[in-house]
Amino acid sequence: MMATSEHSAPTGAAGLRNRFQTAWHVLPWLVAIVFFFVASGYLSLGTQIMIWILFAISLDLALGYAGIVTLGHAAFFGFGAYVAGILTVRATGDPLIGLLVATALTGLLGFVTGILTLHTKGVTFLMLTLAILSMIYEYANRAKALTGGDDGLQGMSLDPLFGRFEFNIFGHTAYIYTLVVLFLWFLIAWRVVHSPFGRSLDGIRQNPRRMRAIGTPVWLRLVAIYTLSAAMAGSAGALQAYATRFVGLSVLSLFTSGIVAVTLILGGTKRIYGAFIGVTIYFLVQDYTAKIDPHLWEFVIGGLLIAVVLFLEGGLMSLVDSARNGLARLFKRSNRT
Amino acid sequence: MISYAMTILLDGVSFGMILFIISVGLTVTMGLMRVVNLAHGSFAMIGGYITAYMTQKGYDFYLTLAVAAVAAGLLGGLCEMTVYRPLYRKGELAQVLLTMGLVFISIAAINAIFGAFPYPVIMPKYLTELVDIGFRTYPAYRLFVLAVGGVIAAILWYVIEYTLLGARLRAAVDNQRMARAIGLNVNVLFTLTFMVGCGLAAVGGAIGAGMLSLEPIYALKYIVLFLIVVIVGGEGSFKGSFVAAIALGVIDTMGKYFIPEVATYMLYVAIFVLLLWRPQGLLPPKSAA
Repeated sequence: MMATSEHSAPTGAAGLRNRFQTAWHVLPWLVAIVFFFVASGYLSLGTQIMIWILFAISLDLALGYAGIVTLGHAAFFGFGAYVAGILTVRATGDPLIGLLVATALTGLLGFVTGILTLHTKGVTFLMLTLAILSMIYEYANRAKALTGGDDGLQGMSLDPLFGRFEFNIFGHTAYIYTLVVLFLWFLIAWRVVHSPFGRSLDGIRQNPRRMRAIGTPVWLRLVAIYTLSAAMAGSAGALQAYATRFVGLSVLSLFTSGIVAVTLILGGTKRIYGAFIGVTIYFLVQDYTAKIDPHLWEFVIGGLLIAVVLFLEGGLMSLVDSARNGLARLFKRSNRT
Repeated sequence: MISYAMTILLDGVSFGMILFIISVGLTVTMGLMRVVNLAHGSFAMIGGYITAYMTQKGYDFYLTLAVAAVAAGLLGGLCEMTVYRPLYRKGELAQVLLTMGLVFISIAAINAIFGAFPYPVIMPKYLTELVDIGFRTYPAYRLFVLAVGGVIAAILWYVIEYTLLGARLRAAVDNQRMARAIGLNVNVLFTLTFMVGCGLAAVGGAIGAGMLSLEPIYALKYIVLFLIVVIVGGEGSFKGSFVAAIALGVIDTMGKYFIPEVATYMLYVAIFVLLLWRPQGLLPPKSAA
């Protein structure tokens, strides 16, 4: 699946396929920019979607590419959100410094927990990630003076970005800020997964024992990608804190871990763009069904999740793939005649 | 002083019994079928709600327990044959996701039918009273839980250690391929034990409603506790999950009495350290040792 989507296909369809791919790469960003101008009433939804895309990509790095099956990714998202929020309340309202610090500290958290836990695997690792998540949740719940406990962290007032762009209630600045950060992280993620390092992760996911046998430092690689993934999730959390100017305990719940996994799997793992599709569809479904019945969306998402696992292992992106391959084959045939 | 310690012990052990009744089915799922079943709490929740609904309608408490167990068992069997079976050959990721999907659906269904607020089980009057146990008065409900937990544990212990079914079950947990090779129908064993596990979870959810209150988020809120019991005890180990459940119940209760500020937090730290020290759990079955 990887091979067909990322390396050029046999000659003939190749040129066409490349043109398809270029258009494909520009499309999401174009949509995001157009959205800013035409749908100004929905900017907060758009911001939310981009934040979760970033979060889902971070999970894709760990889970999709490196095969680290975790249930504790919300720990990083929530930690980043709380760091950014607490910094804003207590130290500085500068959204750039806050984002950088939140990203760095969350990366450090990922590094430390990764070092401690990544030598285990399977259910044990799952439980360790759950234990870390629960630990941080309980700490945030108890440390009321710092986090506001279950009332949530309130009273964040942000300085204007670069001293000029106010974070207003219309969410223009938050939207653009999120878009730019997402784009930067996207470039990093894209570069990483297409590097030799990313390739070795692919190998580790498929067969760690063999990778170790050919001399790959498996554990170190896993710690590295886990750290990067954590930092990225921390960024997403910080952006979430800025966008809503509120941090609630729910960012640290198992539910959050579950939702991000749902969005990623729905879109398809190991392809980065899967996160774009999965998150967008998730939020649209949630937005639409919540109007009909507040709990219908849980039902729909649960059903989708089961259906994807049982019938559509590559996620929705695999449908896009087969459609694209079908089209290319069609063109190829018509060229020949 | 001694009566104080005894109270904590009784509270802790009765809470541990609930954890054991609910989690014992999960230890089978994870030990025998190698499935990470996040939806196990859903079966406990469904059992609890069935009992709560029927007791509120005035039916006999014990009758409703039986109905809840049978209903959850049948539902579990149905799920096992349809959605769980394809999971046995898939990795943890698929298992986590699919069972998470089941959790979402159960939460949505309970929310739609019963609403988002806690939903009480109406216990028989004599279970809501205090009884004299020598050194103090104590809630009859907790003693009832202790008794039920003790009986269930004893029956399970007997079935697993001394019956043919138990021997087959142990064989399948220890070495599934060998068990198949000597002609055991492991698939039927899977379905059967899954149903019994779900039924027990339903009973646990129902009689435990006084400690783990019934609300739609139940299925997600307490699954970490149930998983901890299984993992700490060792997947597939009955003795292990009994010891782990009781220990967890006592430690959790002690923590809440003595250090309420940091109790839950310390509990997770302890679990974290324990898992790093013994990844296979305290009393792993032979296959894992």
